[in-house]
Amino acid sequence: MNLKENVETKLNSLSDDIILEASEFRNQLSFTVSGESIVEIAKLIKEDPELKFELCEDVTAIDWAKRTKRFTVVYHIYSLLLKERIRIKAVIDNDDFEIESVSSIWPSANWYERETWDMYGIKFLNHPDLRRMYMPEEFEYHPLRKEFPVMGIPGSLPLPDKED
Amino acid sequence: MKRGIDINSDKRILEALLAQDTDITIEDALENEMIINMGPQHPATHGVLRLLVRLDGETVMSCIPELGYLHRGYEKMAEDMSYYEYIPHTDRLDYTANLANNVAYVLGVEKLAGIEVPRRAQLVRMIIYELARIMGHLVAIGTFVLDVGAITPFMWTFRERENVQNIFDKICGARFTTSYTRIGGLASDITEEIVAMIRKFLDDFDGAIDEFEKLLNSNRIFIERLEDIGHLSKNDAIALGITGPNLRASGVEHDLRRANPYLFYNEFDFKVPVYTEGDCLARYFVRVDEIRESAKIIRQVLSKLEPGEIMANDPKKVLPRKDEVYTKMEELIHDFMIVNFGINPPVGDVYSAYENPKGELGFYMVSNGTGHPWKMKIRSPSFCNLQAIPITCKGAMISDVVAIIGSLDPVMGEADK
Repeated sequence: MNLKENVETKLNSLSDDIILEASEFRNQLSFTVSGESIVEIAKLIKEDPELKFELCEDVTAIDWAKRTKRFTVVYHIYSLLLKERIRIKAVIDNDDFEIESVSSIWPSANWYERETWDMYGIKFLNHPDLRRMYMPEEFEYHPLRKEFPVMGIPGSLPLPDKED
Repeated sequence: MKRGIDINSDKRILEALLAQDTDITIEDALENEMIINMGPQHPATHGVLRLLVRLDGETVMSCIPELGYLHRGYEKMAEDMSYYEYIPHTDRLDYTANLANNVAYVLGVEKLAGIEVPRRAQLVRMIIYELARIMGHLVAIGTFVLDVGAITPFMWTFRERENVQNIFDKICGARFTTSYTRIGGLASDITEEIVAMIRKFLDDFDGAIDEFEKLLNSNRIFIERLEDIGHLSKNDAIALGITGPNLRASGVEHDLRRANPYLFYNEFDFKVPVYTEGDCLARYFVRVDEIRESAKIIRQVLSKLEPGEIMANDPKKVLPRKDEVYTKMEELIHDFMIVNFGINPPVGDVYSAYENPKGELGFYMVSNGTGHPWKMKIRSPSFCNLQAIPITCKGAMISDVVAIIGSLDPVMGEADK
């Protein structure tokens, strides 16, 4: 049984239609799921003794701009046991762009989620310390959103006064 | 991009610092706690890293790193650039090992676009990748021992690094801002003269490592300063997403060159050094062992190097040679199309991760079929490794914080992107 079928069977034991789409591109596995089920999926693939996806390498998001479900949160998880990596794409299906945090399952997600919040404005519920990672706290925008111009917004970051 | 001192930002950081649990026991605890700010302009923080440290006497109760002082928005810039234009920006990520970033980036684009690269180009990439690892680790070791008070080894490692940079200068005409790789191959081939230079460097290199190891490995001050300091257990390291030498110093045998071989690493013989102690000293030993292994890999690759092509033959995606552009019509058209419209990889997304000196450097690229990436995420190892600072510093002395940062070896150019 290859990894794709294995993960599919395991996830389907949670519920039948939990995987919205399973795809393979350039030998990389990717599972699209709904944002609401991300915590139970994370728990399952981390704790299952045959999978053990323990090393959460990255959490980021994709801004699809004009799609109705605008944001997809992307998780890259590595299994030291299988030496394989899978990608979980959680589609956010609410207008406030909220998703449950996985930092209780993979502590490394703490900073990755802070970065995603900073860059995309996606709120991670039950996150222990959701501050901005790079930008100042009072910055009003989320720079990696597609409507934010590459050259920046003049005046959005106050420059230090000469007298200071 | 942050302003230096900022009331609101600082308030949130202070709240976060005070919210951390400080369940450590100190024998002669003082009544008063003190919060001090370390950085961002501090020579021992390897760049613009800022720490807020909560102290009881000299013991660190908790500690919070604050990033973003070197944030240049590389991920945003990538969305407005073609895949070719982005290569020089990868130099500026981990600026102690530029060529490793160059290679990792183009390997990712080639995976996304499905380009096969000739064997000679891949072997040369292995050589420069390992030379970059040597260079990065030499900086890491040198500055680390400098932080704990040993000045001579710093001079010696930088002397060796100078030799590596001279080789880079010969290979690509720049010591620091290399931009040597191209999508589908390399900018130029390496000559016999360069091969001779690398061989000469390797011949002297083992002696140089022995030299500074003699100074450090039996040095009581050095050992006692670092043993059992900044302990990171195996489980914590995995949970916090630590990769690279720091993970291997905590007893996890994980190296992407061995686990998921890329280039031709599966054809060559090398060891993956693993230490189980997980303290600052173990992290130093892993790095020293790794540069020996890198030198071993380069020697093997040099012996297998054969003449051949250095650019892939894929006219729609790989830039033609300049002399052909000036003399042939077809090549001129392709050059114009690639430069103006990009290489247009198929719709899809690829996460490509490679073992850089600092850890796992990953590029997540989403293509929508046009010449620009729709999204580019850089998974930088330094950023993830910095997450270990709160847990390793807790309970340490304030003077050990410097040693811990040095042993984790962050580069802020990469951590802040």
